[in-house]
Amino acid sequence: METESAAVFVLAEKMEREIQPVSLQLIGKARQLADELGANVGVVLLGQDLTNDAQKLIAAGADLVLKADSKSLVPYQSELYTEIILKLMVERRPEILLIGSTFMGRELAPLIAARLETGLTAHCIELVIGGEGVLEQRIPAYGGMITIVCPEKRPQMATVANGVFPNPVLNPARSGEVISIEVPRNLPQRIQTIEIIREKLEGVSLETASVIVAGGAGAGDQEGWDQIEELAGILNAGFGSTRPAVDAGWTELETMIGQSGRMVNPDLYIGVGLSGELQHMVGIVGAKIMIAINKDAKSPVFEKVDYGVVEDCRVFVPALVKRLKNTESYAGKVAHVI
Amino acid sequence: MLNIVVCVKAVPEPNVANKLKIDPVTKSLPRQDIPLVINPLDSHALEAALQLKKKYGAHITIFSMGPPPAGNIVRECLALGADKGILLTDPAFAGADAFATAYTLAKAIEKNRAVDVVFCGMASSDGATEWVGPEIATFLNMPVVTMVREIVDDQGDEWIVKADYEHGYRMVKLKLPAVITVTRDLNRPKPLSFSGILKARNKEISEWNHEKLKIPTELVGLKGSPTKVTEMTPLESRRNVKLIEGSLQEKVERLVQILSEAGVV
Repeated sequence: METESAAVFVLAEKMEREIQPVSLQLIGKARQLADELGANVGVVLLGQDLTNDAQKLIAAGADLVLKADSKSLVPYQSELYTEIILKLMVERRPEILLIGSTFMGRELAPLIAARLETGLTAHCIELVIGGEGVLEQRIPAYGGMITIVCPEKRPQMATVANGVFPNPVLNPARSGEVISIEVPRNLPQRIQTIEIIREKLEGVSLETASVIVAGGAGAGDQEGWDQIEELAGILNAGFGSTRPAVDAGWTELETMIGQSGRMVNPDLYIGVGLSGELQHMVGIVGAKIMIAINKDAKSPVFEKVDYGVVEDCRVFVPALVKRLKNTESYAGKVAHVI
Repeated sequence: MLNIVVCVKAVPEPNVANKLKIDPVTKSLPRQDIPLVINPLDSHALEAALQLKKKYGAHITIFSMGPPPAGNIVRECLALGADKGILLTDPAFAGADAFATAYTLAKAIEKNRAVDVVFCGMASSDGATEWVGPEIATFLNMPVVTMVREIVDDQGDEWIVKADYEHGYRMVKLKLPAVITVTRDLNRPKPLSFSGILKARNKEISEWNHEKLKIPTELVGLKGSPTKVTEMTPLESRRNVKLIEGSLQEKVERLVQILSEAGVV
């Protein structure tokens, strides 16, 4: 069939018994792209105990699920996964392969792309079918959006972070084909994941926080950074960061908001000591009120917010924290009396 | 003795880079006239190599692909303690995407000498893909572990490392030779010392082009890149800012009022 040769594939991922949300989001997106191309949506899922998962992937929009269900696939093993996926891609020759920007996806995507000698675009925020059916992959950079294409090589590959595309509406009545894939044995295992360790429970989750405070290079040093963190704590806000703050070593990469980090959807956002780089700003989806604190009145961040405070955050934030603490202790006393 | 390769990228000074505009002809970023610094994550890759050298003895070769001024970054790495620098520089290399960059670097690494471990930063601050390390590994037919935050056991040729993973980390056993991409949690890079700078004067930096590497120009630079930048669209702002005026205290009060109206405090 025609559709066999033109497919949009998604590499899905199951973690701790759940299909990752980004996998479902990408299947939803793949469905939309495939409909435009008149193509099928294929999904590859590797893991263990996958009996009930294929139907969910189909409900999200998949026509075909290729699953490899084996004890040897948990935890994630990069060499084994690469070989299995590579073989499927060579057989199926899809037009497009989308991969979630999870830790696994970010490692596997380049391993697969290099072996297939094709291009790979990192952390896209928009995917559009352009002229001649070529996938236009957009990333934010340098004050705008850069469109990247992979005109000759196939598949056209892109990674996408969780939250960039909406969760698809699941349709349990959809039907699709499920094919079980043999897991090769005795592959050379030069790399072996011994175990995956869950280290921390998240504080206020960035993805679900209704208030987000994000800090940037303007914090100046760890002390300045800790002040912003204190502000976030008082506001019971999720505390996010920009890449310069991560690079400076004040915070973990996991707190970075933006194209290659977390996507957030707060009601209110406060950007402190940051310049409103697009790579960061695209991570803030649909905030109703946006506030920026920056000492430079000409900072581009002031073009992207509703309220601006032109002050050095190292002066302003402690003053604001002090004021809020007073309010809080007052409110606390009242509550106590009542 | 370990043979270690560290791949470093000279990146435009971020404060200047923010003002960069894409070159409409080459469809890549003009980097020639912007002050270059070492990609911050690559300095952690170098520090990892330096620590191994101190512990076991090692020969460290720096590979960097970039325009001739990137040689200064290589020189800096030598001053920090690396032994040899190779700058891959050729007009034909310009406009390379991650694939063509990794291919060129891998060809050079292969040509140089046997290698036990290749360290790369997990991403670059300008291109912001994370693909070069794993793609180098592919072209060298070596295994790779990405986003390594700790080397737990580095004795012999079977190592154990910790690598970032959702909500924690994964413990990975790897067999050398291998490629490792590092996060900034791995170590704290040391600053340049005056004696290091003096010693670096006598160290060798070679410049290699595509002829030296014996690879055709079709496989490098823009021509060898599967991905192309086709378009750059500036984005207009969508919000009209109200600047909060007044003294520091007045600004604080006004902001508290805004937060209060929004139901935050």
